[in-house]
Amino acid sequence: MKLAYYPGCTLKNHARNFDDTTVASMARLGVEVRELERWNCCGTVHGLASDNLMQRAAPVTNLIRVKESGAGEFMTGCAMCYNTLKRANQHMRKDAAALATLNDFLSLEETQYAGDVDVFHLLEFLRDRVGFDKLAAAVTKPLKGLRVACYYGCMLVRPREVAFDDSESPAIMENLIAALGATPVPFALKAECCGAYHAVGRPEIVADRTDKIMGSALAHAADIVIVSCPLCAHNLDHKQVEAKKHHPDFHGLPVLYFTQLMAIALGCDDAAQHFELHHVDPRPLLTDRGLA
Amino acid sequence: MTTTIRLSAARLSSPFVRQVEKISGQKLLACYQCGKCSAGCPMAPHMDMLPNQIIRLAQLGMEEKLLASNAIWICVSCMTCNTRCPKDVRIAEVIEAIRATVLRTNARNDRLASADFLPETLAALPPIALIAGLRKLTS
Ligand code: SF4
Ligand code: SF4
Repeated sequence: MKLAYYPGCTLKNHARNFDDTTVASMARLGVEVRELERWNCCGTVHGLASDNLMQRAAPVTNLIRVKESGAGEFMTGCAMCYNTLKRANQHMRKDAAALATLNDFLSLEETQYAGDVDVFHLLEFLRDRVGFDKLAAAVTKPLKGLRVACYYGCMLVRPREVAFDDSESPAIMENLIAALGATPVPFALKAECCGAYHAVGRPEIVADRTDKIMGSALAHAADIVIVSCPLCAHNLDHKQVEAKKHHPDFHGLPVLYFTQLMAIALGCDDAAQHFELHHVDPRPLLTDRGLA
Repeated sequence: MTTTIRLSAARLSSPFVRQVEKISGQKLLACYQCGKCSAGCPMAPHMDMLPNQIIRLAQLGMEEKLLASNAIWICVSCMTCNTRCPKDVRIAEVIEAIRATVLRTNARNDRLASADFLPETLAALPPIALIAGLRKLTS
């Protein structure tokens, strides 16, 4: 099976680990992930002002690229890209006037957009197209005894019209982790915001969020936290320095992308992991569990 | 402590109220002040007024108070309030509209400037953080 793939900007630098483990683990599952030949930044956030159509131009241009690649659907793993692309697509599908205006604005494009591309998040694709039973069957190194706190943050589950699981109490990542042989732990703050872009100008707010979210993961003796968003990863992992500064009794955990655990369980080459990109090095823990 | 608020019919239908309703696509008077949005807001501890108070002041056309608040810049559009509001008010859209009111004036009222950061700080930040911040906090 071939699958068109939109990585998003941060997966090409700070989140190379997310990008490479996505491609490697999907290959193990018989899915050939094909990165679009041309793509641009999705804009990262869905513009909420009803009168600002400009903010749809970036995501819709990507939908046009998917069409031009000959695909009718595509997948992305980044939660923010997913949210932005999916919401822009939904907007174009239900607002013919906005779609017409945008196509006029993008008149230099060879292809017109007609709402005819489907947006998938990788988790959704794994559950609905690959199947967690098939994933479980492909596991060569079960993640036995690894206690995992699955962090969803905001963009996978809100607003409801883009959520592919329950907005308040999602379970798709827990089900995926269980298929890999690991133990998902209860995690009260799994869908509470990490502070997002306050990482730029208000790091003390992020420090506060990171402290609370890590505390919630530690309350059920998690070994690691997994994420699907490079901004969540930055805030929960790299901003642990800041969290310690503001909260002296702060305790941190390694933070991994869910695809990194997939790659380990499916026996992919370690070269895809890029553990050097992590702030808290997960290797000691993984070695201790016989997983690295 | 007592607070005196002067209300007038002119404020309730002021250009500001109409603009916020138009940009946000929301009917402000739908909110009946249950407080659920504020109860679940992860940013509330850092705000000088709570999300339900923002909606209340917007209903009443209290433009100066709203535009001077820090809360409108602290909201990160996490959408928790939107998914929980029993009246289906999209609070995050209302706050975006109030931010837009400030950012769309001719004065550069940007709340983030990359020039303020050390090169090391900028290099350590992933593009996803910078672009999101610039999109939300600058004109
Ligand atoms: S949850 Fe909705 S109805 Fe309740 S105070 Fe907030 S905006 Fe108003
Ligand atoms: S969208 Fe803004 S106001 Fe609503 S819960 Fe999130 S941070 Fe609070």
